[in-house]
Amino acid sequence: MKIDRRDFCKVVVAGAATALSGGVAEARPPKELPPGAVGILYDATLCIGCKACEVGCKEANDMPMDHTSCAEQAYGVSAVWDAPDDLNSRTMNKVKAYAQGTAEVKDRPHDGYSFIKRSCMHCVDPDCVSACPVSALTKDPVTGIVQYDPDACIGCRYCQLACPFNIPKFEFDKPFPKIVKCQMCAHIQAEGGIPACCDACPTGASLFGRVPDLLQEAHRRLAFKPGERQSYPIHNLDGGETRMAEVHGYHPKVYGETETGGTQYLMMAGVPLENLGMPALGSESRARLSETIQHGLYQGMMAPTLLLGGLVYAVYRNTAEDREDPPEAAAGKAQKAEEVRDE
Amino acid sequence: MSEVYRPVGGKLLTRQFYFLIVLSLIAAYFLGRRFIFGIGDVSNLSDGYPWGLWITYDVVTGTAIACGGYAMAVAVYVFNKGQFHPMVRAALLTSVFGYTLAGASIIVDVGRYWQLYNVFLPQHANLNSVMLEVALCVTLYTLVLWIEFSPAILEAMKANRALRMLRHILFFFIGVGILLPTMHQSSLGSLLIIAGHKVHPLWQSDIIPLLFLITAITMGYGMVVFESLYASVNLGRKLETDLLAKVAGVIPWLLITYLVLRIGDLVVTGDIAALAEPGRPQVLFALEMLLFGYAILSLLSRERRIHPTHLFWSALAVVLAGALYRFDAFLIAYNPGPGWHYFPAVGEMMITLGVISVEIMAYLFFVKKTPVLAAGH
Repeated sequence: MKIDRRDFCKVVVAGAATALSGGVAEARPPKELPPGAVGILYDATLCIGCKACEVGCKEANDMPMDHTSCAEQAYGVSAVWDAPDDLNSRTMNKVKAYAQGTAEVKDRPHDGYSFIKRSCMHCVDPDCVSACPVSALTKDPVTGIVQYDPDACIGCRYCQLACPFNIPKFEFDKPFPKIVKCQMCAHIQAEGGIPACCDACPTGASLFGRVPDLLQEAHRRLAFKPGERQSYPIHNLDGGETRMAEVHGYHPKVYGETETGGTQYLMMAGVPLENLGMPALGSESRARLSETIQHGLYQGMMAPTLLLGGLVYAVYRNTAEDREDPPEAAAGKAQKAEEVRDE
Repeated sequence: MSEVYRPVGGKLLTRQFYFLIVLSLIAAYFLGRRFIFGIGDVSNLSDGYPWGLWITYDVVTGTAIACGGYAMAVAVYVFNKGQFHPMVRAALLTSVFGYTLAGASIIVDVGRYWQLYNVFLPQHANLNSVMLEVALCVTLYTLVLWIEFSPAILEAMKANRALRMLRHILFFFIGVGILLPTMHQSSLGSLLIIAGHKVHPLWQSDIIPLLFLITAITMGYGMVVFESLYASVNLGRKLETDLLAKVAGVIPWLLITYLVLRIGDLVVTGDIAALAEPGRPQVLFALEMLLFGYAILSLLSRERRIHPTHLFWSALAVVLAGALYRFDAFLIAYNPGPGWHYFPAVGEMMITLGVISVEIMAYLFFVKKTPVLAAGH
């Protein structure tokens, strides 16, 4: 195409300008922690790997046993036990172990081991909520719990792609599947209770509370010296129950304090959380970036509307010939009018 | 519509057509299983790889390949290249089936298909969701494509009155039909922004919408050229090499723009450093560059462009390069973390093959029975 090249350049420049204006446009402000945000503080140094939380979770949420583990399949055994390898569509809460070297001492990065309890992080600025086209995933404006509504869900699984923690699970083995994820036992909390995992935990490794209080508690623990005995609240931070335990020493970080814009499920451990399979994430959620770019491009549908106007005008100008009736029909307007009257 | 279009005619039920029917029947069997036993029964999709071949090929790549109608509309109606007008209808035909079947594959891929209409209900709409934009745009564009293509059907039906009415309003739908792919072809790239670290840094980019849009247009032109040459040879028609060479002439400039933007972005963000480590993503990146490079070099020279064989292979390279770019970004260089693997299952592949077969059968039916291809060109 000859002269096209100049026109073509114009379009490219215009396109690039539109695209770049997305970057220039003001970024969406980060989301704030909801006023009544509740969460869970998981302290791996207190966790003894008993999996009482898993049992509690399954009972409270009416979840079936899982028989997909490698061990069961390898040995061809299956019984009344529940032993999933990881979070899956039957398991919303999972304790896993990490071992390094000889794995002699708990909560030590080298030649040590640690547990980690995985479940939904209930992000302050959840990527899944931003991704869901039909608002099946929503964040409670008060408690901040990320909840799932199967009646809205279309099963597109974009939430699975979006979640940096790979939390939402999908029932691939069912003809009428749902997304499965921890909803912090919202149904129990509605009746004044606390999440089943925190209720079941005998050591206080899973502790329920208001997020600002949990953060304060986490930072109190970070100041503890290894070897000393300290008082740890159990079940519910405001419940008044405590127990004395020896401090194992902490990796100086509260995971979830800043990650992906903050999470309401907070974690601390004796080893770096990256070793326990937690991704190293920045302090800004991808949802924020995605929405900034998308809304920057569309400018509240202003840009597409303007573009449509221009396009329709250009097409109108360039299709004058097409709109004319072909010779056989355009012999005379009178003839056309007659035709219409006939019918 | 100053051109005269004629059905190609000829026997529809050829041996090849029966082969396509067999492929579709195999796909139908797996489709049955998918709806009775669930997605996991026929696919290797997992919680780590929630999107596999169906989304990556049928939707993301399939609609880009079906961008011929869009790309030709831009050339003819925006840049007023009336000489390409005779090719618009054939381009629209591949677009209409590419998009219709992409829409149909969505029903297969989404888990809760019976609630799919929630996408259209305002009370459910999440205006922050890139997926919502893609879903609405693709649906609307599929409808617009049928309207744009309807003159061919109406002519075959000899519905002159409807035709006359349509002639006066078609310009509006053509305009909408250019806007919508501009929106969703870029948004198909934007879908990946939120996946963050799961998409390899060589593909994850803040300008991914622009990169997807440019390659979609090149794939559209590439497909028009490829399909026209292929159809000419196999349906025994005269080669339109002169016109096709002109269409192909714009591709290298688009691809150069794309490469400058893509590599420039990698340099600016520093992600280009990922090239230093050896690995599969780096090999794939190099392969993409080879395909793009071959297409650019081959199509820049006029002598090569007017040679049907060179034109054919470089048009195919353009389509393959864009397809590989999409497969890499969505699937091959997508890494949800340790322990997850994906390779499409037989059932998944057969369903995709079935979709392609239906597409080709529909193409053959319409080309042979309705006035789609321009007569005397």
